[in-house]
Amino acid sequence: MNKLSPATQATPGTAPGDNSTAAFDVEKIRADFPILKQTVYGKPLVYLDNGASAQKPRQVIDAMNDLFENYYSNVHRGVHWTSQRSTEAYEEARQKVAALVNASSDKEIIFTRGATEAINLVAATWGRQNLGPGDEVIISHMEHHSNIVPWQMLKDEKGFTLKVVPIDDDGNFLLDEYEKLLTGKTKLVAVTHISNALGSVVPVRDIIRLAHEKGALVLLDGCQAVPHMAVDVQALDADFYVFSGHKLYGPTGIGVLWGREDLLNAMPPYQGGGDMISSVTFEKTTFMETPHRFEAGTPAIAEAIGLGAAIDYVSAIGHDNISAHEQGILQYATERLSAIDGLRIIGQAKEKASIISFILDGVHAHDLGTLVDRAGVAIRVGHHCAQPVMERFGIAATARASFGLYNTRDEVDVLVNAVEAGKEFFG
Amino acid sequence: MFDDLRDLYQEVILDHGKSPRNFRPLENPSCLAHGNNPLCGDMLVVYLALDADGRIKDASFQGEGCAISVASASMMTEILKGKSRDEAKHLFEAFHDMCTKDDFDLSKLADYDEDAVERLVMLSGVKEFPIRVKCATLAWHTMQAAVSGEQDVSTE
Repeated sequence: MNKLSPATQATPGTAPGDNSTAAFDVEKIRADFPILKQTVYGKPLVYLDNGASAQKPRQVIDAMNDLFENYYSNVHRGVHWTSQRSTEAYEEARQKVAALVNASSDKEIIFTRGATEAINLVAATWGRQNLGPGDEVIISHMEHHSNIVPWQMLKDEKGFTLKVVPIDDDGNFLLDEYEKLLTGKTKLVAVTHISNALGSVVPVRDIIRLAHEKGALVLLDGCQAVPHMAVDVQALDADFYVFSGHKLYGPTGIGVLWGREDLLNAMPPYQGGGDMISSVTFEKTTFMETPHRFEAGTPAIAEAIGLGAAIDYVSAIGHDNISAHEQGILQYATERLSAIDGLRIIGQAKEKASIISFILDGVHAHDLGTLVDRAGVAIRVGHHCAQPVMERFGIAATARASFGLYNTRDEVDVLVNAVEAGKEFFG
Repeated sequence: MFDDLRDLYQEVILDHGKSPRNFRPLENPSCLAHGNNPLCGDMLVVYLALDADGRIKDASFQGEGCAISVASASMMTEILKGKSRDEAKHLFEAFHDMCTKDDFDLSKLADYDEDAVERLVMLSGVKEFPIRVKCATLAWHTMQAAVSGEQDVSTE
């Protein structure tokens, strides 16, 4: 079930998820993350909640400290040295994001508070301008609430139809059902690139090709994708792509909307204020072009710079290496968890990222979360802000282990032992 | 590995969690309410049958939740039988304080049967686990909503 990435297959002789390979030294990486030295309840912290938020390497912390200690100022408005230096660093971060997703220009990168705001931005601007009665928007059954609720809210305002692509029992996106839902009235397809609750990798290339044949645009929620795989928005031929900084080892409070430049420049502003105008009189205001049109007010300067440092960090390691390492961990964890009697993995899609949702007979996920916490293991329990997914599988909650670039097979063993002990505790 | 969790998951709690009492709908409830903990997705329905004087004749619940929320609901249905609406409200307030405050004065519950008080004290072990207080109080919030004539309650 777990398709290995080409990079893993290309390194024969190395066990998947080995703690150390020539290309990828996990111990060296772990040393970059100060929090991984932390102990909780006297035990080493085993952080397996990367799908909710990832930890930060020293390089990100240092980049933000460096700003505050050495050159901090507001951006885009000062003639003084600190402002020029801060502006350069902020705009350099934008270039780093552009390079990360292979945008054709850094003008296509808009900084937001997070992925949620990025989706809301598209809904409030492009959506409000282009959607009305008779139109259709398509989402999938495994969206995070942040890619459901903004469209529902806009639907109530504009009166279009919201359609939902079903998934199968393994958590695969049903492409043929999607094709049936697509019509000439479909204006937008807004789907996740990788499911946060199930780990399923969604066939976005096919989704985009089919949508474009009908003249619909496609927005991808890439929150769970950018930490795990290389993303190329031009190769995908996407129209909008959003992700958050904090899941990519960067700070909270910063996210990204990438959009095609022609689309962005045709969209009305999001919020009004300073930094987004060319000129203001009481009679008329002219707006700047993208990206500044969509970045009213003082932005999250330190957070953008921190995200830039995070991108430098993962780029230096290489997405192929990260992907190969994580696929190894995923495979190992899937095997070990599946071997526990009464444990059922929810979401066994053909292609998965390193996210494992599971339930255990007789033990509610919330109780399991409290138990493994005492073994030092941090996992997410609950509905993962994807209640329709839980409803699809007829469950209220799952436990979810989501692995990042610093996780090891030893940590999987700690999780498995804790789950087994938890089972015994409630047995 | 979990020795220090025994205060939270005492045997009685584990037993009620596994084999909840009064886990059934009431056919003709005087009132009912739906409780929802959006944090974890737990949902339950509390049913109450009141007699002519407003005393709780029968109490039951259905739903899905963690061991703490199911045990709390189960014990609550047992504790509530025979109590007046005011007593039920008073017990809820006392239990809530027990779960959230360090200086709760048990003498406030002197009028109530020892068994009920003992169970509430046991459940108040969640005080050391702040994120789980909502699990322990969900059924009680729902009961309170039911007697106040509300249909839905959320602990968020």
